[in-house]
Amino acid sequence: MSGVVIVGAGLGGLRSAEALRGAGYEGEITVVGDEPHLPYNRPPLSKEALLSGVDVEGLQFRRKATVEDVIWRLGAPAASSDLSARTVTLEDGSVLEFDGLVIASGIRPRRLPIPGPTTGRSVLRTATDAEHVRALLGPGVHVIIMGAGFIGCETAATARKLGAEVAVVAIDEQPMVRPLGAELGAGMRRRHERHGVHFHLGHTIDAFVGDDRVRSAALSDGSELPADIVIEAVGSVTNTEWLQGNGLDLSDGLLVDSAMQVDTEVAPVVAVGDIARHPNALFGDIPRRIEHWNMPTETGRRAGATLAALLAGAEPDRGPFTAMPSFWSDQYDHKLQSFGMPGIADRIELVEGEPDGPCIVEYHDASGLVGVVGVDRTQELAPYRKQLMTRSAS
Amino acid sequence: MTVKVFVDMDKCQHYGQCCFEADDIFHLDDDGKLQYVAEADDSRRDDIESAADVCPMQAITVE
Ligand SMILES: Cc1cc2nc3c(=O)[nH]c(=O)nc-3n(C[C@H](O)[C@H](O)[C@H](O)COP(=O)(O)OP(=O)(O)OC[C@H]3O[C@@H](n4cnc5c(N)ncnc54)[C@H](O)[C@@H]3O)c2cc1C
Ligand code: SF4
Repeated sequence: MSGVVIVGAGLGGLRSAEALRGAGYEGEITVVGDEPHLPYNRPPLSKEALLSGVDVEGLQFRRKATVEDVIWRLGAPAASSDLSARTVTLEDGSVLEFDGLVIASGIRPRRLPIPGPTTGRSVLRTATDAEHVRALLGPGVHVIIMGAGFIGCETAATARKLGAEVAVVAIDEQPMVRPLGAELGAGMRRRHERHGVHFHLGHTIDAFVGDDRVRSAALSDGSELPADIVIEAVGSVTNTEWLQGNGLDLSDGLLVDSAMQVDTEVAPVVAVGDIARHPNALFGDIPRRIEHWNMPTETGRRAGATLAALLAGAEPDRGPFTAMPSFWSDQYDHKLQSFGMPGIADRIELVEGEPDGPCIVEYHDASGLVGVVGVDRTQELAPYRKQLMTRSAS
Repeated sequence: MTVKVFVDMDKCQHYGQCCFEADDIFHLDDDGKLQYVAEADDSRRDDIESAADVCPMQAITVE
């Protein structure tokens, strides 16, 4: 009896452990994490924690009493795995045997190969990243943010609150355009501009300039922007290297079925959170990775139950997975909230308010309403969420 | 047996995620502010625990 190994000590890893216990699994659970910390909450890293200082202990999730006996192997990256031998090998050489495996290693920020110095270039994913960035931000500091997605925009807002001079450089036509659409994206851009952020949209950074460190960035339009720090938020890469050599499809995270089980005969393996490409019956069952905070909890619950069943020799529940993707974002005093999958829409309609103020936007495709986004309209969104939940019936 | 619910209102950002898990315990009022029931029957424990799990600010404590 060697128990369950969970690789990734983030929210998905924690919720999977709790769900295994919740489903009656009593064997040993070992959680392997490359970061030195117990699972903590990441969203504040671009918001409150970046503003007022990173207190990792304060950000830690409360852990249910049922997972008190979990063995945490922290600061210990998994280096490789052999699913048919049922082992995971850590970077320090230790070999962990498992009966069941949970893949919860998430994603990391993508780095673009841009010529020039690298000192001064940062990303924002971990508490360590946030501490580093926090120490460099302050009044008058020139910050370039690469990428105008949610993390880029939240970081821009926080850096402005700290008095920094902020420029956002992104290839997109509007900030957050893929999930929000051009009209609301433009409204969000104007909110940022009113707070003093400068956008350089439709452009890329060709090179960083500086001898020992980044001093400025050369843009594709020929201009040059001063930079004391560059924060890169241009998408993600899945942390799957430790799974190579097992014949798995790792092209976009781990493909799983509605029970979160990975398609392999050799061992019971499930995947959760940002790394899991899972079907959702509410949205046509096309498997997708969804990098929203609520998904590690939803997929973790399902995966834990699946693995507990498999280890007990029972058939897991393979009924449709119908968790509602939900996302929020804080930028200045604005609260943006999204339900469903606005990003898959082909028709977008502003149904209340205006893009520059409190508003509600509906997102449709041929099947009907697929998503809703509200800005400063949280309590009005409940009926939309309810309507989106009824998609499961169709 | 009852469940005691406490929401740290300094942390709560009134996202209302908790309301979807246990709408008899948590709701947003007309001003969008969170209101909640501080003590509930033990039969509500699972849903209240779920509400605590899904709170983005991790503002809910259950006893
Ligand atoms: C700055 C920031 C702001 C965000 N804001 C929001 C928001 O406002 N709203 C929202 O809905 N979502 C937000 N998110 C997204 C949300 O935080 C993620 O969806 C969530 O953290 C995913 O959880 P996870 O457990 O799948 O992955 P993670 O939390 O990334 O956990 C995976 C863990 O596995 C570790 N790991 C990786 N490889 C290995 C290995 N080989 N061995 C051992 N350990 C390994 C990683 O280091 C990490 O600790 C934000 C994310 C960031 C970074
Ligand atoms: S989910 Fe958390 S932050 Fe949101 S209203 Fe409930 S307690 Fe407040």
